[in-house]
Amino acid sequence: MAKYLLLKHYRGAPAPVNDVPMDRWTPEEISAHVQYMRDFAARLEETGEFVDGQALAPEGTFVRYDGEGRPPVTDGPFAETKDLIAGWMVIDVDGYERAIELAGELSAAPGAGGKPIHEWLEVRPFLAAPPTITE
Amino acid sequence: MTFSVEEALLRSLTPSVLGIIVRRGADFAAAEDAVQDALVEAVRVWPADPPRDPKGWLVTVAWRRFLDATRADAARRRREDLLDEEPAPGPAPEVDDTLRLYFLCAHPSLTPSSAVALTLRAVGGLTTRQIARAYLVPEATMAQRISRAKRTVSGVRFDQPGDVATVLRVLYLVFNEGYSGDVDLAAEAIRLTRQLAAAIDHPEVAGLLALMLLHHARRAARIAPDGSLVPLAEQDRDRWDTEAISEGVEILQAALARDRLGEFQAQAAIAALHADAPTAEETDWVQIVEWYDELTRLTDSPIVRLNRAVAVGEADGPRAGLAALAALDASLPRYAAVAAYLHERDGDPVTAARLYAEAARKAPNLAERDHLTRQAARLNARRLR
Repeated sequence: MAKYLLLKHYRGAPAPVNDVPMDRWTPEEISAHVQYMRDFAARLEETGEFVDGQALAPEGTFVRYDGEGRPPVTDGPFAETKDLIAGWMVIDVDGYERAIELAGELSAAPGAGGKPIHEWLEVRPFLAAPPTITE
Repeated sequence: MTFSVEEALLRSLTPSVLGIIVRRGADFAAAEDAVQDALVEAVRVWPADPPRDPKGWLVTVAWRRFLDATRADAARRRREDLLDEEPAPGPAPEVDDTLRLYFLCAHPSLTPSSAVALTLRAVGGLTTRQIARAYLVPEATMAQRISRAKRTVSGVRFDQPGDVATVLRVLYLVFNEGYSGDVDLAAEAIRLTRQLAAAIDHPEVAGLLALMLLHHARRAARIAPDGSLVPLAEQDRDRWDTEAISEGVEILQAALARDRLGEFQAQAAIAALHADAPTAEETDWVQIVEWYDELTRLTDSPIVRLNRAVAVGEADGPRAGLAALAALDASLPRYAAVAAYLHERDGDPVTAARLYAEAARKAPNLAERDHLTRQAARLNARRLR
């Protein structure tokens, strides 16, 4: 009954153990990885803990307001931004321990050589509605 | 969401109809599906063609659905013939059935979120979609959560006695999660607790019902029109629901008179003391501290000790509050917020502002975070002026 975001970074997180870029994997290894992610999401649907999962294109654009009657200013994409988000999964679980357990499983997705990537995922709790009873 | 009269009646009949179907020999999971089907059918049919005996109607339709779903065609024919010969359900042991249903749906083998979902559906008669919306998850996810929960309890014998404490925890969770979707979970929790109180004579059930009523009474005053939280001391007490307060107090007094104190009665007693004060200044903090002492004895919860430190700060001054706080673990949720409040009252706005900002960063929800950020901003602005 608490939602968490499992955030997957292209950059910005510490280097994973099995740190081989995806374009150097074999096609079978890529398929195995994709299948693992699908199976993971399917398993969470099965347990009633899945909320959402999305992947993002690596290149984005920064946008800001530029004053009344003017079009927004755009900038980027930047090659050298510190952090880059690859995608996310939102889960609804009983508590923090379960969120950590699931993130650990997701991080075991296979990469080069069929071995787990040991990728660092970021677990961020959602800010929920305030509880009714406060004192 | 406001329910129509029909829907309210339907939902109040849900547990006893389900109990009858289970008693007739259906397994719980199949019976629950059949009752849901019957509820949907009733919503469709009743407006144009209201039944004379709503419960009998539901039992008949649910039983037919159960047979449809579980029997092969040939066997079904035979059994439907049998059904027609069966006497109408007599005065069933409804109260016991309702109670057992609560126990089953809050069975200790279920995780809290599964128990909550199953209770809302099987006891509350809410649809999977309504529950999914209330908890902001996809309907498919909630459907899975409920069907897994049903599988988990499928081996539990329906007539086994249960522990009322597990049921109370589930109802407390439903109430305390607030109201995020289009189903008013707080109101639903009150309805389910009322129904439970009618089925079992237990001072802690009464205590929880009183607690819910007393907190629900403040609901209109808790949130400002812009959605921000209004702390208890600043609430417009004219907007408190006096009817809910007197009902809560009356239920609580009857429970306390039985001299079997429990944590919900103690929490309700604290809420009643707040409700009783015409202004925040007139709050009987000395008595509130005494109730927190009882609550500490009953639960030994660090959160209770933290709340007690606030009460001590009001009763004996901020220095005493800070001393009570010093004995606690600083990593407790809302510790920084309590420390900030006590330091401000102690005349140290610099420390208070820093702690409010720290508390805001750690706040578990948006409304609290915004409230704490405003407190920090208020103190900083005063200082910089």
